[in-house]
Amino acid sequence: MTHAITAVDLVKKYGDVTALNGLSFTVPPGTVFGLLGPNGAGKSTTIRILTTLSRPTSGSATVAGFDVRSRPDEVRRAIGVVTQRSGTDPVATGRENLLLVAHVHGMRGRAAKARVDELLALFDLTGAANRLAKHYSGGMQRKLDVAMGLVHRPSVLFLDEPTTGLDPQARSEMWAEIARLARHERLTILLTTHYLEEADHLADHLVIVDRGRLVAQGTPDELKSELRGDAVVIDLSPDASVDRARLAIEGLAGAREVTVSGRTIRTRVDHGASAVPAALAALERSSVAVAAVTVARPALDDVYLRHTGRTFTAAEEVAAR
Amino acid sequence: MTTLVPHSGYLTRRMVMAALRQPAFVAISLVQPMIWLLLFGQLFKRVVELPGFGTGAYIDFLTPGVVIMTVLFSSGWAGMSFIDDMDRGVMDRMLSSPVSRGAMMVASTLNQAVSIVVQSVIVVLVGLLLGAEFPGGVPGVLVMLVAATLLGASFASLSNGMALVVRTSEALIGFSTMLTLPLSFLSSAMMAREAAPDWIQTVSSFNPVDWAVVAAREALSADPAWGGVFARLGGLLAVAVATGLVATRAFRSYQRSL
Repeated sequence: MTHAITAVDLVKKYGDVTALNGLSFTVPPGTVFGLLGPNGAGKSTTIRILTTLSRPTSGSATVAGFDVRSRPDEVRRAIGVVTQRSGTDPVATGRENLLLVAHVHGMRGRAAKARVDELLALFDLTGAANRLAKHYSGGMQRKLDVAMGLVHRPSVLFLDEPTTGLDPQARSEMWAEIARLARHERLTILLTTHYLEEADHLADHLVIVDRGRLVAQGTPDELKSELRGDAVVIDLSPDASVDRARLAIEGLAGAREVTVSGRTIRTRVDHGASAVPAALAALERSSVAVAAVTVARPALDDVYLRHTGRTFTAAEEVAAR
Repeated sequence: MTTLVPHSGYLTRRMVMAALRQPAFVAISLVQPMIWLLLFGQLFKRVVELPGFGTGAYIDFLTPGVVIMTVLFSSGWAGMSFIDDMDRGVMDRMLSSPVSRGAMMVASTLNQAVSIVVQSVIVVLVGLLLGAEFPGGVPGVLVMLVAATLLGASFASLSNGMALVVRTSEALIGFSTMLTLPLSFLSSAMMAREAAPDWIQTVSSFNPVDWAVVAAREALSADPAWGGVFARLGGLLAVAVATGLVATRAFRSYQRSL
């Protein structure tokens, strides 16, 4: 088996709405692969197709070497799925939730029990094993979810937005768990996220999707190194003229890729720190008042902006409408 | 197919455990039958003076009717647990795992069967307290439980299948009410067949609810006509199997919507 997952020209239409518009990618085994995009980009649709829940309108995909359309039973035995909505039974205990998965996968008696105990210990849930899942905190529930996805030692694990809704501490704990799984369990993980930070932190390789299409792919570092230099972000005062500010910045020597969103102007320069005084002087000459200036090393947000022409936050706001 | 039996066992245990942890639902499901037995039984006490009721008291006649109606109404809600599972993400997790679809249907039906037996025994005991007499004795009650369970299995499957198609609790409540209320009034659950208008008599002979009521009432009588009882039980079994198969196919409809 050369690839853990292959997706070829996946198209999914819901009536007139095209959720996926020809998405292709491959995932090498034993890696953490990130599918990054704003809400509504087609990430969950992709997961539903790869986990055999939904059939593509056209295109094909294999998971663990099996075609998702013609061999769904083999795919289901090879994968672990952690859906966006929890998936745990709230009126069962943590242990019962895990045992049910073990039994459904044909594990019996002592073997099933031993595997469940092992996972409870691994996710630090042994103390809560006999409590009903509805009494778990958000972070514990998410850990139980991931543990349920691992009971049968799958070769591919799907994590759909694993940290959405978690507080920052639970999120960083979950990141540590995922990183550890990737190192020790020889597992391929496909992770969807709309947190740029999360993809940057966890994924060995990632694709950026927007409106059902792939817009960029590579390692987080490759994607970021496509962007030469630093980002300078200038927030204007409420009464400043955005047009005059834009002209002033575009006139600066060395300023590339000037974009405006709301009262914020972004540009890219070779050396951020030395460009700031010149930028401020130019704005001063045009009588534009500045509220704040920040200089940032390239981040995935900039990659997204460059490939889609809009910032991640703006795309999320459009999706939310 | 080889996973159907073990998976049915595991999933049934999950549902029965959940029900045991929320006993309030069983209590709530008994409010309606108690109202029928206590108020309806009093209000219509003299209805037995009409021709067609035979010689017993109305409570003798009403109790098996109430057992069947209770089963009908509570199994009409079976699909709600499917909808809860969809809302929580449990359904998607199940369907992307090797769980047998048939076992998901069978487990829901078996879980209904457990609560049907509990509810029916309570209704019978209350009937006895109110002075009902069942010459058919324990065997009669057991046959009634079989009829009740088969009818419950059919309506649980219908409700589950509908849940997979409509996917919202509001729509399922509408469907369930639209189906169960008319079917119980188009049966002899509360009124003797001979006392009903001709067209209702005709309709009721095709109504599985009436088959269950007649089989139960006959089995509880002093001298049951077993031929008729078993013919009706056979009909109920056929309906239960057919609805179970149709409802299992509804998983495809649900997955098409994803």
